[in-house]
Amino acid sequence: MSKVYKTARAALEGLCHDGMTVMSGGFGLCGIAENLIAALRDSKTKNLTVISNNAGVDGFGLGQLLETRQISKMISSYVGENREFERQYLGGELELEFNPQGTLAERIRAGGAGIPGFYTKTGVGTLIAEGKEHKEFDGETYIMETGLKADLSMIKAWKGDAEGNLIFKATARNFSPMMAMGGKVTVVEVDELVPVGTLDPNFIHTPGIFVQRIVEAKCEKRIEQLTTRERSA
Amino acid sequence: MAWTRDEMAARAAQELEDGFYVNLGIGIPTLVANHIPDGMDVTLQSENGMLGMGPFPYEGEEDADLINAGKQTITTLPKSSFFDSATSFAMIRGGHVDLSILGAMEVAENGDLANWMIPGKVVKGMGGAMDLVAGVKRCIALFDHTNKRGESKFLKDCTLPLTGKACIDMVVTDLGVFSRVEGQRRFRVVELASGVAREEVEAKTKADIIFE
Repeated sequence: MSKVYKTARAALEGLCHDGMTVMSGGFGLCGIAENLIAALRDSKTKNLTVISNNAGVDGFGLGQLLETRQISKMISSYVGENREFERQYLGGELELEFNPQGTLAERIRAGGAGIPGFYTKTGVGTLIAEGKEHKEFDGETYIMETGLKADLSMIKAWKGDAEGNLIFKATARNFSPMMAMGGKVTVVEVDELVPVGTLDPNFIHTPGIFVQRIVEAKCEKRIEQLTTRERSA
Repeated sequence: MAWTRDEMAARAAQELEDGFYVNLGIGIPTLVANHIPDGMDVTLQSENGMLGMGPFPYEGEEDADLINAGKQTITTLPKSSFFDSATSFAMIRGGHVDLSILGAMEVAENGDLANWMIPGKVVKGMGGAMDLVAGVKRCIALFDHTNKRGESKFLKDCTLPLTGKACIDMVVTDLGVFSRVEGQRRFRVVELASGVAREEVEAKTKADIIFE
């Protein structure tokens, strides 16, 4: 059974239903699955719960799904760069659950690794801890956090093969390897689809077992904060 | 004269030690990277998944796939490594990072930190701040001693929702350096900015602090 699809739209076919939970990789706009996000927008699937560190920017990344009001809940750690998000949230149209970034990463990892819950010091004594189980280990207090799973994970990798083996580039890796594990179905878009056998097995970041569908697609790769330095003469 | 932001960053940089792994927050803490003493081996961790953060790229050499936690384009160093977010926070939450330097909205005299949320205003989220203060070995808060209205940000108790309890070990502001006394609910004055008098610090500090 081939995992390779020709277009992002084809790669999502049969996977989308209203009310589903989607994990979407990326840190800011770095490493987001641009083409799959656009395909999910075109699918017109509604009432989505989206698990993603950030919420894109206005009109780009997950911002596109906010514009079309397809998202009803976000689980994120930081959502600062999006006015449409702000407007919908303040207007009560959008539910938001903040997670500390490390807790979010670990919840996604745990969900995909078959771990229903774990204890962490992060957030003890803050709003985050309210209503959560507290437990002492060696005299220190920890709170329980639960694993997260999704109906669909949409991630972006640098190179991948037809087996679904993936290599990520630089800091575009971020949440994607854990999300690959956390999705019932994981769909990946890659910059380069390479022949099986060309990726060195020693350097595979995500083994193919976590990937169900793969598509090669071109990304715009927008930069959020372009910062450069002067060349000294 | 109170310290400028750059002087504050330079003073915080004096807390770095050879071989340290360090996470710098967004804002004034980022400036600390410009003051790492020559010859000192300090590795900067960026929580989006990189150790050994290099300088900004030359114009035209930027790479959209290579950014820091402030989403700025950066470069690698020969010693750099990349990893996923769970590994990144295993470094932070597992106590492997030596020092975290963060901004603050408020710090209380027992070391409580508030830096992520103002009720009634738009909340952007805590990002990695709660993980950093819970897991990193030593945390320094670097911030202006007073707000725009001249009110103290170094308080008896925080009024804003907390980022972490009793997590700040040292405070560096435009007025001086303050170190938390082990086992006490108080900070001790380590140093005042040149030309800053004790009276000014007392007037602008609501926390109960110890002068030598």
